[in-house]
Amino acid sequence: MWEYSDKVKEHFLNPRNVGIIEDADGVGEVGSISCGDALKLTFKVDENERIVDVKFQTFGCASAIASSSALTEMLKGKTIEEAEKITNDDIANYLGGLPKEKMHCSVMGQEALEKAIACYRGKPLVEKEGEIVCECFGVTDVEIRRALTEHRLSAVEDVTHYIKAGGGCGNCHDRIQELINEVTGQAPSVRTLPPKMTNIQKIRLIEETLEREIKPALKQDGGDIELVDVEGTRVQVKLHGSCSSCSAAHITLKDFVEKKLREFVLPELVVEEVQ
Amino acid sequence: MMKTVYLDNNATTAVAPEVLEAMLPYLKDHYGNPSSMYGMARRAATALDQARARMAQILGASPEEIVFTSCGTESDNAAIWAAIRSNPIKRHIITSRVEHSAVKNLCEYLSHNGYQVTFVPVDDKGQLDLDYLYDHLSEDTAVVSLMWANNETGVMFPVEEIAREVKDRGGVFHTDAVQAVGKVPMDVGRTGIDMLSLSGHKLHAPKGVGALYVRKGTKFTPFLVGGHQEQNRRGGTENVASIVALGKAAELAGNLMAEENTRVKALRDRLETGILGAVPHAVVNGDTDQRLPNTTNISFEFIEGESILLMMDEIGICASSGSACTSGSLEPSHVLRAMGVPYTAAHGSVRFSLSVYNTRQEIDYVIEKLPPIIARLRQMSPFWKSVQAG
Repeated sequence: MWEYSDKVKEHFLNPRNVGIIEDADGVGEVGSISCGDALKLTFKVDENERIVDVKFQTFGCASAIASSSALTEMLKGKTIEEAEKITNDDIANYLGGLPKEKMHCSVMGQEALEKAIACYRGKPLVEKEGEIVCECFGVTDVEIRRALTEHRLSAVEDVTHYIKAGGGCGNCHDRIQELINEVTGQAPSVRTLPPKMTNIQKIRLIEETLEREIKPALKQDGGDIELVDVEGTRVQVKLHGSCSSCSAAHITLKDFVEKKLREFVLPELVVEEVQ
Repeated sequence: MMKTVYLDNNATTAVAPEVLEAMLPYLKDHYGNPSSMYGMARRAATALDQARARMAQILGASPEEIVFTSCGTESDNAAIWAAIRSNPIKRHIITSRVEHSAVKNLCEYLSHNGYQVTFVPVDDKGQLDLDYLYDHLSEDTAVVSLMWANNETGVMFPVEEIAREVKDRGGVFHTDAVQAVGKVPMDVGRTGIDMLSLSGHKLHAPKGVGALYVRKGTKFTPFLVGGHQEQNRRGGTENVASIVALGKAAELAGNLMAEENTRVKALRDRLETGILGAVPHAVVNGDTDQRLPNTTNISFEFIEGESILLMMDEIGICASSGSACTSGSLEPSHVLRAMGVPYTAAHGSVRFSLSVYNTRQEIDYVIEKLPPIIARLRQMSPFWKSVQAG
């Protein structure tokens, strides 16, 4: 269970400023029902660009509702110029902190505010820039770079906590790591290819793998295997015991013996049975 | 003090007073190691025998077919590892897309470590695609592992029928029956089930004890390698007090099974009908015909589950949710997603799971208190107004 601060609980149970201002000067909507949280923020300003009324509607968990409520309280009485400076950390701090898995709730508040201010200023809502990295939550590389810089993040997990990217299928984790390496200036770890094995090393490794990984399994079923010769990538073996008469011996050789040898020795190996 | 209405019995259960009473002497006075050679140890060994017999009885098994473990997850792991280690040539496993993480995550691990795993899909009611299952069953299949009843929805699979089919084709069948034991009458000896997992704390015994049924003649290699305990099938000094508790809990469950399927079922139905009658845009997830008597999983559209749970917690109601926010991930329940429950509903799902300790007053309290919570959260939701507007 999450540990929410008393202030988060208080704002969740008694949210301030719930609703919509019908003739609002600024409207900002972020998130969607499929993402699991969404926020619609509306505000009204006076002639001095001071926010006189602000309301929200939120779909989401307790911290999403509390973050929205807190944001509206922070905005009241501020000028647009002052409001612009509010960051997600300010929202989280106002609430006495948020569990790190819930930081995206405060980010959602900041994003809704930005959109609402852009709307007020009559700026066209810019289409998302950059290429989509996280397909599940529609997060672009530009947004990830921004989150990395602004919140000084250094792990894929943190990126997920803040802006959700990588929280779905996980296919984009490598790409996010690349972006982290780029932004933090770390050189990606280069995997050097192992030097080519000598024939002796290769044969020894095949023997070891047979002893350790393969023979014990075959022996349980009363079978055994013997290494006859190795020619290049061709491994010649002889089957003994119950394996030699087993109708599934071919499957054993290809699906088990060959797979194991490819896994532990060389991916190009081909296993052949000799009589 | 605020009263607590505990409706999360699929997560864990209260230890029954009779169970606590039965186990205490083995923590206080009879602390001997059952393997030792004196009176106090013999007393512990006799208590184990009695617990084993009680456990066997509720399952329809023989005492020597029961292996005590530390939990349901251990039982599941022990069963699947035993099946694949005993048949090392076979490299294929069949399971479903809606298993508990004890089976699901192990199978996913195995799928990255040399095994081919078939995850059988389910339909919108959470029922298995049996043709898909049988089409994928082959000579290479080391084990078929399917849950008896789903922890989230309560949907029951026809495991006895599937076990028979798997058996006829020479396969090994394991079932995770953690949610089903004590709620569904069982006679495993007469079925094709080779191994069956169960857990103590879902059955009014304490946490930290479980059991695995292993049919006589099933090839088995221990998961926990060590001493000769449990007939060489599970090393480690027996958790005597908790095993005694599990035995007592099994006996109680046997006596209460009829009540579970009449009074508790009626309470569950009352809760479900009451909520659906009072809350619009609420739907029950899963097959209501083939379902545990104590479970209902209801989706409240356009709001999010964690918010519902925390508001219920304020008034003493305990339940759980398949929403993303409560799972610690960003994706809602894999069970509901596998059933094709739309996101709009999956995020707002709440599971209520009852026990014999629940009363009609408690259920009526929930029926009275829940609808205003749902209405309040919907008033806050940006999606609710658009639905209202049509």
